[in-house]
Amino acid sequence: MKEIKVLGSGCSKCTKTAEAIQKIAEELGVEATVIKETNPQAMLTYKVMSTPAVVIDEKLVHGGSIPHRNQIEKWLTAG
Amino acid sequence: MFKLFTDLADWLTYSVLNLDPASKLGDAVHFFIEDVSKIYVLLIFMIYVIALLRASLKVEKVRDYLAGKHRGLGYLLGSGFGAITPFCSCSSIPVFLGFSSAGIPVGITMAFLMTSPLINEVAVLLLLSLLGWQFTILYMIVGMGVGILCGFFLDQIRAERWLESFAAEALQQARQAPSELNTTATEAEPERLTFSERHHFAKTETLDIFGRVWKWVIIGVGLGAGLHGFVPDGWIETHLGDGQWWSVPAAVLLGIPLYSNATGVIPVMESLIINGLPVGTTLAFCMSTVAASFPEFILLKQVMQWRLLAILFALLLAAFTVVGWIFNGFTPFIQ
Repeated sequence: MKEIKVLGSGCSKCTKTAEAIQKIAEELGVEATVIKETNPQAMLTYKVMSTPAVVIDEKLVHGGSIPHRNQIEKWLTAG
Repeated sequence: MFKLFTDLADWLTYSVLNLDPASKLGDAVHFFIEDVSKIYVLLIFMIYVIALLRASLKVEKVRDYLAGKHRGLGYLLGSGFGAITPFCSCSSIPVFLGFSSAGIPVGITMAFLMTSPLINEVAVLLLLSLLGWQFTILYMIVGMGVGILCGFFLDQIRAERWLESFAAEALQQARQAPSELNTTATEAEPERLTFSERHHFAKTETLDIFGRVWKWVIIGVGLGAGLHGFVPDGWIETHLGDGQWWSVPAAVLLGIPLYSNATGVIPVMESLIINGLPVGTTLAFCMSTVAASFPEFILLKQVMQWRLLAILFALLLAAFTVVGWIFNGFTPFIQ
């Protein structure tokens, strides 16, 4: 079970990122919870400066853009 | 190169729609078609090419570069980077926090954030093609000047007093331990980008920016076309052409409820200037429309107290008014 957080102040890119991850996780049959984190303090915690950013199991893996499909698949299948 | 768009507009307006070239409506429709088609093509082409070039420029790099710079130089660099660094306005909070937690003074951070909406590469290239290089340079100097001076002023009044406590703490901690520069994990991503990564970035960027600005172009050019065809020739020039002192603050106030990004407002600037509105008044109006927008100010509330937000807002309005007066005052000497 992966815990995935999408950090961002709620702009359209962040929403799209969260939706994409959710969709691909379902397609691959990977169990994952996708949470959208809009609290600015969270960005400070993970030291994120460009949103949307993706945190998987408390580890920052991506920031600044809507991630590529390949990237998302890699994250979901790793580990 | 631009004649193509004039021909297209000629054909659509006079042949397809069968409008009379001498009529007001024909004139307005022609202006609308020519400008919208020209701007759309320019935008798509320019956003893509520029995004390819700047794909590796990241705010994290800017932060690392700005951290530890001398203050005086910091304002200039902060504002300069604001002009060239891509970031979406919804990133202003994380950028603000990231800069603060690297110990960069509030004034330098704000110089970066304020210059960013005013000057961007798309706006600059549109200005160049619609209003010429003199005006473009003027616009850039003024935009950066506003960012630098406001940033300097904010540090003078010790604006960090009015940050929300968690943001103030982050800044405080970084100031006390400047050696520990906080670096982000995203730097683990490869520094060298392949062409296909650049292309992917540029493509997403183009679709994203175009998706956000296309309607502003229609609105902007539509207003311009309205002015072009329907406001009686010379009306603006007779009534506002002398740059009456009150017209500048009035233009700034009018710009507040109107919100557009720099791309959408440039076609409006073009037709205002053609119609004889003085340069200073036009600049004041347009900068106010672009930079003083409520939705983005409300975002900043997450890291600032109301008091600082109000100061910032007043500061911007005052700055735009002064810019307008200065330019109206100098125009007679330039021409």
